[in-house]
Amino acid sequence: MYLPDFDYYVPASVAEACQLLAENIDCAKVISGGTDLLPKMKHGLLSPQILVSIKKIPGLRKIEYVQGKGVVIGAASTINDIVFSEVVQQKYPSVSNAAHTMAANQVRHSGTVGGNLVSAVPSADMPPILMALNATATIEGPNGQRQLPVEDVFCGPSKCLLEKSEIITEIIIPDQAMTGSTYFKFALRRAGALAVVGVAAAVQVENETIKDARVALGAVAPVPMRAKKTEEFLIGKKISDELLEEAGKIAAAECKPITDFRASEEYRRDLVRIYTKRALCKAIDQGHV
Amino acid sequence: MSNFIVDNNGIKRYLVTINVNGIEYTKVVKANTLLVNFLREELDLTGTKKGCELGDCGSCTVLLEGKPVNSCLILAIEADGMKVTTIEGVASTANLDNIQEKFLEYGAIQCGYCSAGMILSAKALLTENPKPTEEEVRAGISGNLCRCTGYINIIKAIMAASGQEVMN
Repeated sequence: MYLPDFDYYVPASVAEACQLLAENIDCAKVISGGTDLLPKMKHGLLSPQILVSIKKIPGLRKIEYVQGKGVVIGAASTINDIVFSEVVQQKYPSVSNAAHTMAANQVRHSGTVGGNLVSAVPSADMPPILMALNATATIEGPNGQRQLPVEDVFCGPSKCLLEKSEIITEIIIPDQAMTGSTYFKFALRRAGALAVVGVAAAVQVENETIKDARVALGAVAPVPMRAKKTEEFLIGKKISDELLEEAGKIAAAECKPITDFRASEEYRRDLVRIYTKRALCKAIDQGHV
Repeated sequence: MSNFIVDNNGIKRYLVTINVNGIEYTKVVKANTLLVNFLREELDLTGTKKGCELGDCGSCTVLLEGKPVNSCLILAIEADGMKVTTIEGVASTANLDNIQEKFLEYGAIQCGYCSAGMILSAKALLTENPKPTEEEVRAGISGNLCRCTGYINIIKAIMAASGQEVMN
């Protein structure tokens, strides 16, 4: 399989990249890891005349803790950068573990977290855990910078709310009161398989009571979704087996899965019921794992 | 990427220098040249195999700066200035690498199509983790598909290459 011809640019800064994108608005695409873009180009689904590489822009591949801001993950950090990042492993092992469930080693060394977001694949593994931890994306364009909660980045399968001249530059996981978080993925194989269902949960536990909760679901709606009814149900309640069981049922009812070759709608709902309960249990008992 | 010329058809051709198995190669490539095709067609290093060409099978695995990647999903131009190791560069002398020897000894080669990628994934694994558990070996080669489905012998060979006892 060969790629069609295109021009290739390596801008030195985000501003220069945005300018290139703005000047070539309908024929340019950003390339970062390329693990999603190049297969699409090989299949003829996309045929940009210009690729703007952002992988070598200084500062886009850093992961650090910034006081008062949180854990800042540069958008061109590879998935394995997140898996092995000491900062992420120390503050939110749940995020590094979620990253580790993705694809296979070779793809994790190339694919980037920014790409995982803008590809807007409903079954992507990074969005649920980032949404559960209330992460935001910093987006830069010709008109400056803006912040968007990660959950608002997506607007449909393979569609996100970025302008064609905009780039995600970093993802920020803010400091938080949540005492635990985790991501559960069900896939048909242990490697190289997309999530049939992905469930991330984050909870703040105080005196055996759930003070705050965020539940995010992957692969069961056109976009990664928050299970807001489940969250509302949980908040303020005393932890019990029955409570978590009921939370699973509410999540199963509020998600919107489809039937496809990997699983039926009914099966996905049942997985959501069970995995929501398990994810909540783990986040309550074990912290950020 | 300032070093380019435009050919008669208006296509840009870029000058890249890639270190492959310790040798610096300076070549003119089109932007759409994939690293796997650069290795196979420009350098005649056909040990790197093409399978799915979509990043699923791992046949085209090479080490880029020591890390295993699918060379079907990397543009040659992206590897400009970087170090690539292919199966031809695994053995540093006339003798085979220990991993290659163990693949032969344990019958882990089979049809041979996945072997180059498997051995590079194994090389990367053992470089970072010289004494992996069997579970870690399985995870380490999980991005490489063997259509003979002879994974057991491959796992045995990698365990043996790490100097550990091989279970029957």
